[in-house]
Amino acid sequence: MDLSFVIFVEVLYGVASLVLISAGLAVVFGMMKVINLAHGEFMMMGGYATITAVGYGVNVFVAMLIIAPLVVGLIGLVVERLVIRHLYGRLIDTMLATWGLSLVFIGLATMIFGNTTTGISTPIPGFAFGGYQVNGYNFFIIIVSILLVITMYAILRGTRAGLIARGTMQHSDMASALGYSSDRIYMMTFFCGSALSGLAGAVLAPLVGLVPTSGGAYIAKAFITVIAGGPSLIAGLVSSATSFGLVSQFFTFTISPVIGEVALLIAAVILLRTMPKGITGRFFKGKL
Amino acid sequence: MSRRASQDVTITLVVSAFLIWFLPLMISTYTLTVLVIYGMLGLSLGLIWGFGGILCFGQAAFFGLGAYTYAITAINIGESTLPMILAVLVPAVFAALLGAMMFYGRLTDVYLGVITLVVTLILFKFMNSTAGPQYAIGNARLGGFNGIPGFQTLNVPGDPSAYIWGDTYFYVCALALVIVFLLVTWLLRSSFGRIAVGIRENEVRMGLMGYNVAARKTMLFAIGAAIAGLAGALFANWGEIVTPNLFSLGQSAEIIIWCIVGGLGTRFGPIVGAAGLAYLKFMLGQQSMIDNTLIMGLILVLFVLFLPRGLVPAIETLLNSIIGHKKRKPKPHRMRRARHG
Amino acid sequence: MSLNRRELIGGAAALSTAAMLPQAAMAADTIQLGSILDTSGIFDAYGKPMDQAMRLAVKEINDAGGLLGRQVKVAAYDTQSDMALYSQYAQQLTRQDQVDVVHGGILSASREAIRQTMRKTKTLYFYNVQYEGGVCDRNIFVTGVTPAQQVEVLVPYAMKKSGPKVHILAADYNYGQITARWIQKFVEENGGEVVATDFFPLDVADFGSTITKIQQTSPDLVFAPLVGGAHLSFFRQWSAAGMKDKIPLASTTMGVGNEHKVLTPEEGNGIMVAYNYSQELGTPANIAFKAKWQAEYGDTTAIHELAVSTYQGIMLWAEGVRKAGSIERDAVVDALETGVSIEGPAGKVTIDPQTHHATVDVHIMEFESQGMTVIETLPQRAPIDTQAVCNLQANPDDNTQYEIEI
Repeated sequence: MDLSFVIFVEVLYGVASLVLISAGLAVVFGMMKVINLAHGEFMMMGGYATITAVGYGVNVFVAMLIIAPLVVGLIGLVVERLVIRHLYGRLIDTMLATWGLSLVFIGLATMIFGNTTTGISTPIPGFAFGGYQVNGYNFFIIIVSILLVITMYAILRGTRAGLIARGTMQHSDMASALGYSSDRIYMMTFFCGSALSGLAGAVLAPLVGLVPTSGGAYIAKAFITVIAGGPSLIAGLVSSATSFGLVSQFFTFTISPVIGEVALLIAAVILLRTMPKGITGRFFKGKL
Repeated sequence: MSRRASQDVTITLVVSAFLIWFLPLMISTYTLTVLVIYGMLGLSLGLIWGFGGILCFGQAAFFGLGAYTYAITAINIGESTLPMILAVLVPAVFAALLGAMMFYGRLTDVYLGVITLVVTLILFKFMNSTAGPQYAIGNARLGGFNGIPGFQTLNVPGDPSAYIWGDTYFYVCALALVIVFLLVTWLLRSSFGRIAVGIRENEVRMGLMGYNVAARKTMLFAIGAAIAGLAGALFANWGEIVTPNLFSLGQSAEIIIWCIVGGLGTRFGPIVGAAGLAYLKFMLGQQSMIDNTLIMGLILVLFVLFLPRGLVPAIETLLNSIIGHKKRKPKPHRMRRARHG
Repeated sequence: MSLNRRELIGGAAALSTAAMLPQAAMAADTIQLGSILDTSGIFDAYGKPMDQAMRLAVKEINDAGGLLGRQVKVAAYDTQSDMALYSQYAQQLTRQDQVDVVHGGILSASREAIRQTMRKTKTLYFYNVQYEGGVCDRNIFVTGVTPAQQVEVLVPYAMKKSGPKVHILAADYNYGQITARWIQKFVEENGGEVVATDFFPLDVADFGSTITKIQQTSPDLVFAPLVGGAHLSFFRQWSAAGMKDKIPLASTTMGVGNEHKVLTPEEGNGIMVAYNYSQELGTPANIAFKAKWQAEYGDTTAIHELAVSTYQGIMLWAEGVRKAGSIERDAVVDALETGVSIEGPAGKVTIDPQTHHATVDVHIMEFESQGMTVIETLPQRAPIDTQAVCNLQANPDDNTQYEIEI
């Protein structure tokens, strides 16, 4: 009984962390059809922003939930103005440019922070459940992910900005004909997407050792999750994160973490082969 | 295509003969060899991406597969001829299976990219976790992260003790590249190549005209993989060690960067891009002023922004405008990047 | 026909190139020391301090009048964590620069990529890194510690402090696999039992399921030879789950790249390790070394085990050259094989003539507020693992990396 609870928490955590690391990429891809391959590096910068802020004596939760998203969002804004906006509509070119950017960020981070591993300790202690110790921070990540999804849904559904954003998503020509500058909408979207990446990097930072090349570990997973999710933003994100999370955690617990990762990849191949337009290309059509 | 085939072949032969004579005066042949090999690898992606419109994020998978096939069979056989042949065939067959799965499933664009990326990752992860003694094929231990060292290197066919190495090996590789280049030229001039370009431009149209699009794409994909496999085997011979790094995302990324910088939709561009950037990387390693990752990243961003068609087409345009050559050949590199990317 | 002609021209060109090269290389009568290290890319956390240590050692030699009255000149290349560049720069160093000795290589794969080139070109090669052991080649000297040197002393100590049931978590590559086998051997010899062994590729960063699994096997001690930034997550997640005060940890790798300075004291304190070097060593030699480093680079926090091995490797080579009175490879090898030793920052280091590995002092240490406190020093531990398979005195032509059967 204790064990199954512990495993349940781990599985939930697996799904939640996938949602978290893919959210920023999903927003940018879903709204702008831009695949930001510097997403992992945005996460890395979120981590560094948190650690630096904590180093200056800022409360760790403030650093993670406010400072890191803001800093990374602003970096994203600069990137969008300098590079991305020249490349809208050219999917492959944006991928390549952001790939280049990811290398630039790695180089810059190395020059600024050096390449020794850094990190902060987890702010939430573990606790005992029955005969088992559970990582309390897992719950924090699960809660952050749930809140994130709810907030995204609420904004897209309930606010005027969300309405405009959805309109741009479906028919950017129409939206701009109605007087909404798609340029500004894209700019804001990229800001939000980058901020989400920064948030994810910040929240995950206490669990891992951070180096300038850390981002590389996330980008492939996030990329796969977003693409497999398909056209719908939130439904796609949640459904693909859930399926991949379940598959990988199942194999992780029954066999080993490596097989878990490989199972995730194989699941991705099978999924895309059977549903070439992603999960929401077939199910939950027209959902958010 | 305005230039006649014989003209094309002559120019290729003259230029490559000149380069093969001239370059060793400037750069050591050992470094040149790897530039030639990278050139071949660049050409393999340049063929399927530039002329077939197939963006493969996992060209490194075929490169690595070729290298590993060579290393494993060379250890078991102790002679290099059959391993060389297998190193071309295994990636080709693998690509044919993978390609059939993708193209008959009508996967395109980004989805294609994701699948090839994932397959590369799987190979990479698998190879990385084979350090234990239970992972062995015949006498060859797969070695995991550390890779496989110490296999039989290239020898004169039939005589395992007559090694081909040093300068001779450079000439072998250069010759191989020239042959592959001519084969690619021939392929693109044949109806197969023209139909491939047709598919790149408009898949539906070619399908409606009665061509079996999936089969043709699969075939082109396999040919590209065969070339990459050959490059991999040559690389294994050059480095005398194969490691899972050959499968890494970084390696795949580099191949794509070579194509973009050199010029997509040209035959020569990817080769120039590959050799040029690899040499740049080699030169950068001799200084410690600036972080090298940063420079490579900047190059890529600047190229995408300011020279998205790549070096070779840009230079061609420049030359044409200087000479005032009005009769330009209809450019194969006027591919519609907007559609594929 | 045209092919033959081209080959002929090419051959002539190559000949003329070959004739041009030595002129450039032999310009000055300095001693050339080649260095190949990853000072950028993912392994630079190891490589940069090694590079600094190398330059510090050379500077020290030169300030003292050089070797045999000649100055030592460094030819250093940054391999950018790319294995293909190792092969290229090895060729560059041996054929173009024609250096007298090469120090370098970090990962075992990088060493294997260049070792044969060094052997073929008769260039003396020093590999100054802790590694899995077993390399048997007269042309190479290894100054880092090997698993048996560490595990032999660490296992009994750790088991005495905790208990007989051990769970092993090792990095899934050559080093981890071999170290895990040594741990198993010494655990059993000390009357203990290995309840489980798990291997993790170097990019695994999520250890949640593993921590649950460990609680199921409920061992008395967790032995964790994990490697690199991603694996550091284990120690963090272990502490976050509140396991740290329940089951003690021991490692043979944690701290090699100064990882213990990243963990907070709460996360790190009490982890048991065994190394050749610790910044906290209070010996006069180490204090002097740190002062020199401070004067040169302004900050000593970057010094780690591998940097000190590199420093000691260069000093051993210099000692060999002095003793031989020559920089000829065979003369230097013969001199080193007499069992040359130096007093390095980490204590006495002696070349073991039989294996070309090093006999070193091993210190059992525990992490304490981001430092390594020395508990016990075991002087002059021989590389017993490599000795079991390698005897270069009997077979000087050996050229293999043995997988040591235990």
